[in-house]
Amino acid sequence: MAQAYSPGLTVTDSIVLRKERILPLKGKVLVKKGDKVKADDFVAETLLPGKVIPFNLANKLGVDPKFMKDYIKVKEGDILKKGMMMAETKGFFGMFKNIVKSPIEGEIESISNLTGQLLLREPKIPVQVKAFIDGIVVEVVKDEGVIIENKSAYVQGIFGLGGETNGEIKVIVDSNEEIVDLKNIDDSCKDKVIVCGAMVPLAAIHKAQQVGVAGIISGGIDDQDLKKLLGYNIGVAITGHEEIGLTIVVTEGFGKIKMAQKTFNLMKQFDGQIASIHGFTQIRAGVMRPEIIIPIEFDEKELVVEEAKMSELLIGTTIRVIRQPNFGLIGKVTGLPETLTSVESETMVRILEAELENGEKITLPRANVEVIED
Amino acid sequence: MGDTQKLRRIIATDCGSTTTKSILIEYIDGEYRQTVRGEAPTTVEKPLNDVTRGVINAVTELEELARLKYNDESISFTKDSKIWLSDKENEGVDAYVSTSSAGGGLQMMVTGVVARMTGESAERAALGAGAIVMDLIASNDKRANHEKIERIRHLRPDMILMAGGVDGGTTKHVAEMAELVGAADPKPRLGSSYKLPVIYAGNTKARDIIKDTLDKKTDLIITENLRPTLERENLGPARDKIHDLFMEHVMAQAPGYGKLMTWTKGPIDGKLTDIPIMPTPAAVGNIMQTIAKVNNIEVLGVDIGGATTDVFSVFTEEKVFNRTVSANLGLSYSISNVLATAGIDGILRWVPFDIDESELRNMIKNKMIRPTTIPQKLEELVLEQAIAKEALKYAFIQHKEFAVSLKGGQRQREISEAFSQSTSGASIVNMMSLDLLVGSGGVLSHAPRRNQSVMMLVDAFLPEGITRLAVDSIFMMPQLGVLAEISEQAATEVFEKDCLIYLGTCVAPVGKIKADKVALSVKITLPNGETFQEDIKFGELRLLPCGVGESAKATLKPARSLDIGAGNGQEIETELHGGVVGILLDTRGRQPFDLPVETSERVRLLKKWMNELKAYPEQILK
Repeated sequence: MAQAYSPGLTVTDSIVLRKERILPLKGKVLVKKGDKVKADDFVAETLLPGKVIPFNLANKLGVDPKFMKDYIKVKEGDILKKGMMMAETKGFFGMFKNIVKSPIEGEIESISNLTGQLLLREPKIPVQVKAFIDGIVVEVVKDEGVIIENKSAYVQGIFGLGGETNGEIKVIVDSNEEIVDLKNIDDSCKDKVIVCGAMVPLAAIHKAQQVGVAGIISGGIDDQDLKKLLGYNIGVAITGHEEIGLTIVVTEGFGKIKMAQKTFNLMKQFDGQIASIHGFTQIRAGVMRPEIIIPIEFDEKELVVEEAKMSELLIGTTIRVIRQPNFGLIGKVTGLPETLTSVESETMVRILEAELENGEKITLPRANVEVIED
Repeated sequence: MGDTQKLRRIIATDCGSTTTKSILIEYIDGEYRQTVRGEAPTTVEKPLNDVTRGVINAVTELEELARLKYNDESISFTKDSKIWLSDKENEGVDAYVSTSSAGGGLQMMVTGVVARMTGESAERAALGAGAIVMDLIASNDKRANHEKIERIRHLRPDMILMAGGVDGGTTKHVAEMAELVGAADPKPRLGSSYKLPVIYAGNTKARDIIKDTLDKKTDLIITENLRPTLERENLGPARDKIHDLFMEHVMAQAPGYGKLMTWTKGPIDGKLTDIPIMPTPAAVGNIMQTIAKVNNIEVLGVDIGGATTDVFSVFTEEKVFNRTVSANLGLSYSISNVLATAGIDGILRWVPFDIDESELRNMIKNKMIRPTTIPQKLEELVLEQAIAKEALKYAFIQHKEFAVSLKGGQRQREISEAFSQSTSGASIVNMMSLDLLVGSGGVLSHAPRRNQSVMMLVDAFLPEGITRLAVDSIFMMPQLGVLAEISEQAATEVFEKDCLIYLGTCVAPVGKIKADKVALSVKITLPNGETFQEDIKFGELRLLPCGVGESAKATLKPARSLDIGAGNGQEIETELHGGVVGILLDTRGRQPFDLPVETSERVRLLKKWMNELKAYPEQILK
């Protein structure tokens, strides 16, 4: 049977994951192959050269550059403290001395007796890369970083905002259909990854920002709220770099859409456990989706990454409707007619017949469903 | 390429960013015909992330439908998860060809020395080429170098445009920027089958330094400085380079592209030969040029896809061909960008019913994040077609700016103009002299009613005077464009018999008068012998029956201040060609074409026009 439908997003209680953790510039890898790491552990670091600040010493001294050497008290390579004297004129009879102090902490990079210019360099900037997920280092990329594997419960979101973070999962709704109540977002949610139900309204996001929530997982989000939150319209969805103080992972889509039962059940099952999440999304060829990763116990032998496969659409397959009408509802395929059929919009499409969880029988384009692995 | 032997069966696919379309072409009773069509979602997302899976799915659908059509279960086009090429009579197919635009939109990073100067010039060049600018990195943008490097890596741009420095000025900062790009060692988002294109359009004195730093790591292209002096901006060359590189290198690429390249083969001189995958716009461009050449006419064509909208034109006596790819206007991946470009009001002005803004915004975003879905509800179809009109409109605006008389001959802009975003050069696109407007792409080819295709083409392009309209029947122009590489005969025969569907002719006077005044007096002798005669007031639409291959004698007299091609108020006697929709008389005005601002009046008019055009079922237009 041809696959005229979208493969669903992955939602599973157990999968082998592989993550690359690489430095922006070459540096030092802090762990070795076989090491067990925690999400917050640093796995690689590098020291980036500090900023260069040109400083015209001759001007400051009020002397010709060629005489600067008579007054300078420092040499190339000297370490500087802020306020430390770098040069001093003799003055008249010990009076009216002109003292020039270092404006920064750092070192002397170079001294030019031709121009009177000093190049001062600020201290090196450490850049560190965290493991992001609990796991085991399976490969070291020399001077650059590592590859970490683990076994996790795993949910691929559909859209997200904000970068990598982690925190304890806290489910703050009773059901996947609920819209989160503001009073449930309180100080106990600080540093947690809170699980909302069918939608997270703007007021709830603001409250979460106030109490210091690390991340929000929600079935839906309203696009107008998103615009208000960011201050601009998202044109092409390339997200994950928003500086909004927390990370948001949307699992179903835009508007009020109940979180898939399987996803919600998984969140409840792992309530209280640490999850690593990120909102990186790129909706274009080579799609990137946000992720929720909850590491679970594993034996090293289990770390075999399975080959990707596309699940088939057959009679009895569980599907989710991914477009109106019936958006978000779950059903089972009861028929797969071969011929093209006209739907309400008069479009001729390949359809499928399905029975929804509430017993209603529907027909809809195959393109408007995704397969849910049972 | 010649037709050295008769091919029995050919499969051609077009891998779009959203959907992979397959067609079967067969040699039946002495001619080539397109017989079966299949499609499946393009598979450029994890876990599959391999464009060949979508191809196999689309071809499997073709196989199933062919079995049904011929009631023959033995028909098979695939074997071992590949397309089955065989020269035996009842096995597989003789040839497989493909086009691709699966790589989708164009997202760039630009660099400059001073953000507000060269940086902004670079940004304008990228925007002018239809790209989305993901970030502008400048020497003075206050971020630490490692943050800039991290950003380049993480965003996975399709291309980087580097500007900086006036000609002959200091090279230090440009060199530093090149070092950053080099350190980031950027990888293209679509895998390692090609190097990331980096266009350098900065200080000419720094070219050697840039080459030393980036030549090995990237696909470095050097072009004229886009800011040669502080006062002058010269965006044309950089913009053209971006456009060409996008089409040649980025657009067709997709995960699994390398594998697909090994599949496309056909017999040439009796030997099975590799047939390169063609970028979709190149293939459609070939077809458009052929139409213009064979019929000696001016043609404007459009192919609207999920991520991009491509516009093609052949104008002037010299038949100057222009092609533009609006890299971020489309109906799935790029649909949200159409909203960002046109604004919510731009889209709602085409919608004949009330809809909550929040609902519309969420619908658009949901289509963006689940790009392969199709509208099942009538309201959603109307909304998607409204969005399509705006996408087409903006793609056409971009095309007109590109289509100037001499390629690369754009006037250099003074800096004051650059800031005001004025266009450069005179466009050769002349809607009055245009003979044929052709539409292709899912929303135009698969519109449930061909009348809807007429409506979208007319509302978006606003043809002037007398213009024939046509549409790609089932969206197969791309495949035929590449098919011509192995068999011109097959491509031509299928194009003439199965591909191009004439919709009819649009007659539209140019100018504006008061609504209660007569805009066009017509007398038309229809093919059934009846005469249609009316003094049509301004702001009306009339649809007259006139079928494919038929024509009608017409006397058309516009009002004194309106023009249908012969000058203001000048009468024209002509023959109007029919089509599957008929002859459309459109007196809604051109230059300007205005829709009422007041909602109830606008909705009333939209309903009236849509009813006249029989665009939608009556229930939605009550």
